Amino acid sequence: MQADQAWDWEPGARTVLEDATACAAPHEWTEEPESSPDGERLAAVANLGDGRFTVCVNAEPWETDFEKAWYLRFSPDGRLSAVTMEDGMWTVSVDGESWEESFDFAWGTTFSADGGVIAACIQSDGRYGMVVDGAPWETLHDNANHFRIAADGAHTAAAVQVKSMGQADIETFQKGIFSVAVDGEPWDATFVNCFDPAIEVKTGRVAATIRRSLYDYSVAVDGKAWEAAYDCAWGPVFHPGNGQVLAPVRKKGLWGMAGDAGFVWNPAFVQCHHPQFSADGATLAAIVATSFGKFTVAVNAAPWSATFPVVTDLRVSPDGKTVAAQASTDNTAFRVLVNGSVWPGVYDMAYGPVICPTTGQVAIRVEKDGKKAFVLDGKAHPATFDRAYDPIFSPDGAKVLLRGISGKAYKRIVAPVSAFTG
Amino acid sequence: MTTTIADRRIEDAGLEAGIARLTPEKIQKTILAVLEGEGGARLKTYVETCVRCGMCAKACHYYMSHKDPSYAPVAKVRQTMWEILKHKGLVSPEFIHQCAQIAYTECNLCRRCMHYCPLGIDTAYIMSFVRRICHKLGVTPQYIQDTAHSHSATMNQMWVKDDEWIDTLKWQEDEARDEMPELRIPLEVEGADFMYSVIAPEPKFRTQLIYQAAFIFNQAGLNWTMPATPGWDNSNMAMFSGDMEIMGRVEMAHFEAAQRLRVKRIVMGECGHAFRAIYDVGNRWLGWGMHPVPVVHSIEFFWDLLNSGKIRMAKKYPGPVTIHDPCNVIRGRGLMDKLREVVHAICDGVVEMTPNREHNYCCCAGGGVINCGPPFKNVRIVGNSVKADQLKATGVKTCIAPCHNCHGGLEDIIHKYGLGIELKFLGDIIYECMEKKGAS
Repeated sequence: MQADQAWDWEPGARTVLEDATACAAPHEWTEEPESSPDGERLAAVANLGDGRFTVCVNAEPWETDFEKAWYLRFSPDGRLSAVTMEDGMWTVSVDGESWEESFDFAWGTTFSADGGVIAACIQSDGRYGMVVDGAPWETLHDNANHFRIAADGAHTAAAVQVKSMGQADIETFQKGIFSVAVDGEPWDATFVNCFDPAIEVKTGRVAATIRRSLYDYSVAVDGKAWEAAYDCAWGPVFHPGNGQVLAPVRKKGLWGMAGDAGFVWNPAFVQCHHPQFSADGATLAAIVATSFGKFTVAVNAAPWSATFPVVTDLRVSPDGKTVAAQASTDNTAFRVLVNGSVWPGVYDMAYGPVICPTTGQVAIRVEKDGKKAFVLDGKAHPATFDRAYDPIFSPDGAKVLLRGISGKAYKRIVAPVSAFTG
Repeated sequence: MTTTIADRRIEDAGLEAGIARLTPEKIQKTILAVLEGEGGARLKTYVETCVRCGMCAKACHYYMSHKDPSYAPVAKVRQTMWEILKHKGLVSPEFIHQCAQIAYTECNLCRRCMHYCPLGIDTAYIMSFVRRICHKLGVTPQYIQDTAHSHSATMNQMWVKDDEWIDTLKWQEDEARDEMPELRIPLEVEGADFMYSVIAPEPKFRTQLIYQAAFIFNQAGLNWTMPATPGWDNSNMAMFSGDMEIMGRVEMAHFEAAQRLRVKRIVMGECGHAFRAIYDVGNRWLGWGMHPVPVVHSIEFFWDLLNSGKIRMAKKYPGPVTIHDPCNVIRGRGLMDKLREVVHAICDGVVEMTPNREHNYCCCAGGGVINCGPPFKNVRIVGNSVKADQLKATGVKTCIAPCHNCHGGLEDIIHKYGLGIELKFLGDIIYECMEKKGAS
């Protein structure tokens, strides 16, 4: 989430809404509230009774109500979206205004990185695709999965079924009936499966993991497959500088990282997934298992020494100088890992580290003894909440915006970095 | 009478097409690669320590139903893996057909025989290895292969499309609100106490189970969620077809859904094989020593709800009832005591089958056998007459089986042998007989 200088960054705590469940319209209940990025609004779906729903923002209902409303999400630029249904037809409503066109089903709202573009998955007359800012793909497909939007919002993509198949027709399936559609238009090539498309910003090139047969995994870029075949592969990433495509691949039981010319990380890991580049491409990190049950992070193929049963939520700062993740044991005893070091705190749950793009400091929302709290570089802020949202660094990195609900009150706190002392 | 697998050959589109593409040379090359890459000390130990005592025979429901020695677990190994090893993989396409038929359709991987082997040999592991070879050779029964294809394309086993899943939940929520107006099926709720996952036949055919679970959870005031993304289906037929790579991809989607939602644990519906995939097999293929998110089967979960008083029974379901022990959660997880405590808490007049608990006979549907489809339906029904006898001897009219595949297999047996027994899930009975405060 990119913070805006225009937000209120005056240090201090402010109660934005006395009652987070309030709604000025008569209602039966309100659902899980969502917080706007700037912390100034709290929104929740409200059941109005008689099978009608609306959205309340700071307790004020949208003018429109619906047969159904759910999947409330704030875009990074602060617009509020909901997936809504009226007269049995679905669409996306943004700040109370529904897109003109509606569909037999709509779901999975997603955003470009800056929030300027809003997209969703759609089904019309049994055909599948995406809708971007209200405009559906011109070409829809028998099925679609793995929906994606480019970080700049210029393109959308999905794995799509381009040939029909009869019931239990395993021969047709294995000849390849799947492709990747970019803005609705499928590649010429078909494969047995297509997984996890990635879109390169600006060029619009798309890469995806493919299966050419039941045994032959590889990567295709704009429909052209690598020659090399692997035993398995996870989703690819684009090098942000030179456009090279890399993907974690498995060969003879071990995982490494490969490009179109072969391995760039030797297959030395029991597992390797979720690769991520820094903005300049100089740093490539991934979650790896150095041996069975021992997970950590590898940066440019070098694994950190501390290993854990589980590692998730890998983050890389734009300059590549900060790499963070979280570790856990049996889904508890969460630890935070930064550049190979382990924070001393142990938490009941952690919600993914947030790296300040300016300073490289790391903040995270955690849970301990049923209370949500915020920790920065290992030190806790004294405030605790019953429900909380991810921390957001100010543009200069000197402050952190904390948002949460304590009791009934929804609060925003602008905390100087120095306020994290615990 | 002793038969051979050749005597009972069954035509199947997947098997026939598969062997048509093979030559002995291609078979050998593939088998040697699988043996070299994946056949480690465990396989070697099992093969070398078997003393051919035959004590496994009476453990197998196929043998007990046919009294034909060729169905004994050791005979299944003799007819497949021992021959493969003896000939260093240089075997005929027809032999591979036989291996596939034995491994996919005459062994439920139920692991009962392991309890009867004085050396603890896990024949199910060896049969799974044979399946892996058959998968690598492209010789798999048509219908289970189709199911594995569905997993690969949609991450669920029944070709349920992304929107159909959400739509079904919304529909069930609407239906249930007629009975409990404030009921919710919470989707994508971050930080809920647990993620509830089901197998794909629930949204496809048995939507009442989702309804019932939602009702029970709402009645108990629980903080739960379901994912609105692929990863909602906890089943895994790729594990049984031998496609370990798709198996891993399916488990990754399931666990990552739970991790994304930041739930404390996963509660699974009443399915057995799914538990095995998540708790034992898929997680480890992915490199995790244990599951990354704790997994709780419905048996344990209902036990907890009843014992904590979160749900109370308004009445007991009238007996007599009997209990079927699903292999994967009984032999695989040891839930036999909790299952009994739950059944006694919700039913009157429990009549035990004999043998039972970890010695109970398999339903003959599990291990992917029922997913091999119509060509092999008769095999599993006739091959489990011992189960029909076991059920009949109880004299009950209701059998509780907390597993989807068990329902499928037992239903066929009940029909074929005219047993007149009704099958129930635990959720069926709890929903029917629980206290319903505020329900209309």
